Amino acid sequence: MPENRDGHRISVTVNGTVREEMVDDRLTLADFLRERLRLTGTHLGCEHGVCGACTVLVDGDAVRSCLMLAVQSDGARIETVESLAEDGRLNTLQEAFKRNHALQCGFCTSGFLMSVTAALREGPIGDEQRAREVLSGNICRCTGYTGLVKAVLEADAERKDTAR
Amino acid sequence: MKPGRFAYHAPRELDEALALLKEHGDEAKVLAGGQSLMPMLNFRLAQIEHLIDINRLGGGLDAPRLDAGRIVIPALVRQRQVERSAEMARALPLLTSALKDVAHPQIRNRGTICGSLAHADPAAELPSVMTALDATFTIASADGVRTLGAADFFLFHLTTALEPEEILLEVAVDRLPDGTYSAFQEFATRHGDFALAAVAVTCGLDDAGAVTGCRVVAAGVAPTPQRLTAVEELATGRRLDEALLGEVAAAARDEVDPTSDIHASAMYRKRLTGVLVKRALADVGTQQEAAHA
Ligand SMILES: Cc1cc2nc3c(=O)[nH]c(=O)nc-3n(C[C@H](O)[C@H](O)[C@H](O)COP(=O)(O)OP(=O)(O)OC[C@H]3O[C@@H](n4cnc5c(N)ncnc54)[C@H](O)[C@@H]3O)c2cc1C
Ligand code: FES
Ligand code: FES
Repeated sequence: MPENRDGHRISVTVNGTVREEMVDDRLTLADFLRERLRLTGTHLGCEHGVCGACTVLVDGDAVRSCLMLAVQSDGARIETVESLAEDGRLNTLQEAFKRNHALQCGFCTSGFLMSVTAALREGPIGDEQRAREVLSGNICRCTGYTGLVKAVLEADAERKDTAR
Repeated sequence: MKPGRFAYHAPRELDEALALLKEHGDEAKVLAGGQSLMPMLNFRLAQIEHLIDINRLGGGLDAPRLDAGRIVIPALVRQRQVERSAEMARALPLLTSALKDVAHPQIRNRGTICGSLAHADPAAELPSVMTALDATFTIASADGVRTLGAADFFLFHLTTALEPEEILLEVAVDRLPDGTYSAFQEFATRHGDFALAAVAVTCGLDDAGAVTGCRVVAAGVAPTPQRLTAVEELATGRRLDEALLGEVAAAARDEVDPTSDIHASAMYRKRLTGVLVKRALADVGTQQEAAHA
């Protein structure tokens, strides 16, 4: 089977730090983050794009890290859930998740946090309908989503408060 | 699961990509957004020797071109990019409105317009949109360039006229003339899921509100986008009133022959198609009223 024995050299900025690494042709971005960089906050559920657990930000956009190859991230800026806490303290969104019981087992949480982070940066979310749309690309098998919707709306409101 | 072994290529020039495809043909696949191909590789539903990643190709393949009469969408234009563009929303509202029903933002951030067309899922939104818009598909290989219309491009379930050594370079549509409106209607169990059925319509109306001509295309009910010609003929020359909307719903129901699957029965899909055609044409009528108000 053909495979580039030496792999490919990539240079990628992960959570603000430049990483130079050799990667195999078929290594996914998710496995690169988890196994090579030991950033295990990014989770893998389905590995075919459906569950959203592996969502990270690539150049600011929320994407499925299970559907991207590590070699494709050469030159990109990646943000994972590990980048959210500020000085070891949960950020506004994470606090809102905690307050509203937006997680139980926590498996889905990092993906939700990254999807919502990208959505909040785009502008106000506004109402429950929009909050549900923002959440619809991720699956949670525990919470029943009520806490998640509340957390998103609360973080949205707080963001507006600080923006004022 | 993880993908099987393959050799990864990231050509910078189109010629290089086409040369690789000519050399490896059947054993190679083009990688665009990866939102359909990567799941298949991860599940090992597809096993390939060579992956030709076109994401690093230059030559403006990542920017739509909007001319006075024509809109061209090259291979690397992401679905999200079109969805976010106010200019595209004005030029091609049908595409913008259908894109909101294509998966989720996280998928649309990477997924390309052309990739969805090349993938040709029968329940996908964009093939039906491009059929309604009578799009032209420009296909390149190392041996040259050819163009096809939608009817010749979509052949079957996940099958297009693309040969293994070819790339879908771009898809082009004419701007709709004044007095021609468009609408997209879909029903899915959960927002972002593939459609149980969807309908894309373009429809010309004269000042009296009579249909001068229309294209009505259904997705999710046949192996390829299906033009509902009986519906088109029935509507042409008539006003979009309640009586006609009732008739087109019945005609659409009769014209499609969907299959049953785990998501919905054939009968349900037939009825749904009727309802969606009715809603789409009603929407067209409302748009004209708003334009004349
Ligand atoms: C969870 C999930 C939900 C989804 N829901 C929907 C949905 O509701 N509706 C919908 O329509 N789609 C849906 N999709 C699919 C998504 O829209 C894909 O982005 C799209 O089908 C493929 O585009 P891509 O650019 O990602 O192509 P890729 O995955 O890169 O490629 C798909 C296929 O097309 C070929 N190909 C791609 N580009 C070219 C080209 N330029 N020339 C020649 N061949 C090419 C590839 O070789 C491959 O065979 C979903 C995907 C996921 C993961
Ligand atoms: S693990 Fe990537 S979407 Fe489920
Ligand atoms: S908290 Fe358990 S899956 Fe969401």
